[in-house]
Formats: sequence, structure tokens, C-alpha cells
Amino acid sequence: MSAFRVEVRVMPRAALLDPQGQAIEHALHALGFGEVARVRMGKHLVLEVKAASRDEALERARAMCERLLANPVTEDYDLAVDGGAAR
Amino acid sequence: MKRVAVIVFPGSNCDAETLAAARAAGSDAYFVWHRDTDLQQADVVILPGGFSYGDYLRSGAIARFSRVMGAVTEHAHAGGAVLGICNGFQILCEAGLLPGGLMRNARLRFLSRPVWVRVEQTDTPFTSLYENGEVLEIPVAHGDGRYVVEPRTAAELEATERVVWRYVRDNPNGSTNEIAGVTNAGRNVVGIMPHPERRDAPALGGQDGARVFHSMEARHATQHAADVRAVDDRHLRV
Repeated sequence: MSAFRVEVRVMPRAALLDPQGQAIEHALHALGFGEVARVRMGKHLVLEVKAASRDEALERARAMCERLLANPVTEDYDLAVDGGAAR
Repeated sequence: MKRVAVIVFPGSNCDAETLAAARAAGSDAYFVWHRDTDLQQADVVILPGGFSYGDYLRSGAIARFSRVMGAVTEHAHAGGAVLGICNGFQILCEAGLLPGGLMRNARLRFLSRPVWVRVEQTDTPFTSLYENGEVLEIPVAHGDGRYVVEPRTAAELEATERVVWRYVRDNPNGSTNEIAGVTNAGRNVVGIMPHPERRDAPALGGQDGARVFHSMEARHATQHAADVRAVDDRHLRV
């Protein structure tokens, strides 16, 4: 057993309106950052997961996303463990 | 007289008005704490509005796993009537007892004002005393009220006549198809974003919401004898 640092990125589904992202984009434009477009805002969670392997840590984290961390109706998520990214 | 369990989560803040509205309609209403697993022979379960668990992670996401929700799910699956108001609606969606989800209002602002909704379905335990097409003035008070559902599910909700209330005049939060409230396939679980318990007496500015509670009371055939009452001191008393 070792502890793996798992990072979870949860984003509003691409097809859905993201009013927070839009408000941030407008603020950036107002500050003169005219080059920015399609700003979207999500959540970033960092978990320490005890597991026998990296794969097991990922599998458990995925189960946590399915049960609680992301809402499948409104959000998508992806995972990264100990620096290596995985989907 | 219906036995009505009003569930209290940490952060519920419309529980007292909801209990009062149910009692005003003649129900035998009582509180059940989120840690309890006994609904005390409830005929109807109401999940009230508020900010359970501070809306952490997502509105309703944590409350959905509280202990009492096992009993609420069982009650719903057995055909028992369940109403979720505002945060209660969010919890029912998170629990999968209703389709869809509720996201941040399209224009971001927290909305606390009256809105107008049209009664689209009277074939539910909470709308039977309304007329189809009746327009009600009821307040909303939410930051996450934008009802979102996949296009396929939205089409199914429309085709199976499960949109119970729809915003009219304006769509305050950007909800899909102006949906303010829906029901499940069994038509026993209902969610509504506005607060009918805040408009159930003239002194509150109107009584357009009162028949939500009178409807559940008027429903025939209780599934439990009204005089059976479990005694459990852990339950909240009023």
C-alpha cells in the first residue's frame, strides 16, 4: 500500500451554459485581455488515495467521481495521478 | 389526516414554514432529522428548502447520502408521495429520484423574488386541486435553479407530460424549457424550485402555494393507519 496523489478536474459539460466562465471572460476582456475566448470554470480536487498500485488508485478515484465528485448529468471529469495523466 | 415527514438536514432553513404549511392544510406533520432512518409511517415526505451542507461540492450532493435518504428512497420506490422544494428538489435530482440537475442561475445572481409559474399537470399528489393552465405567483430564492437535462430526457419529459410547473412571463434562471418543477415516471415524486410554503396565506402576500399542501391532504387512501405512531425521542418535537 502506498499513498497516491490523485487530482480530479470537474468541468461543466461542454454543451451547457457556464455563466461563471462567461462572467470571468467578460472581466478579462474589460481588463484588456482581448485575446481570451471560451473561458470555462470547473473544480479541482486533490485526493490522497491509499492503494496497492497506481491503477488501483485511479480506479478508486474514478468510482468516487461516479458516486459523488461529479454529477454525470451536468459535469465531466478527468483524473491525473502522481503527475501521469489518465482518462 | 396525512402523516407528513418534513426532513431536516443541517442547513435546511425552510423546514419550519413547510411544516406550518402542511399543518395549515390539516396534515399531521412532524420533523425527521437527517440521521434518522425511521419515517414514522409517513404518507408523504417533504424535503424542504435551504442550503444543506452549505451547498458544498454541489447543491444537494452531500445531503443525498445522509442516512434518512435510504428510507426516503424506499418510500419513493414503494410509490409513496415525495415533494422536494428548492434544495429538496436539488437533493432529489442528486439522488436520482428525479431526472436532470440544477446548476448556477444563468445570470449568476441569487434570486429572491416572486415568479409566475403555470400548472402544467394536475395528475400528481401535489397539484390535484389546481386547474390545468392556472398561473400562480410564488417566490423563488435560489442561486442554483437552472434546471438542466439532456435533450433526449427533456423530450421524454414533455412527451410523458412530466413537466408539472413551467415559468411564464420570464425564465428567471435559464431553465431548460422553462421547467420549474417535474415529476418522476411514477408521478409520486415531485420537485419544485419556487417555494409554495411561502405563499399559503393572505398575510404572506398570497395563497397560490397553499393547494400544494391541500392536494396531498385531499389524496385518498393512506397507506398507513393514521393512529399508528412510533415513539422515538430522538425525533424533533415542535
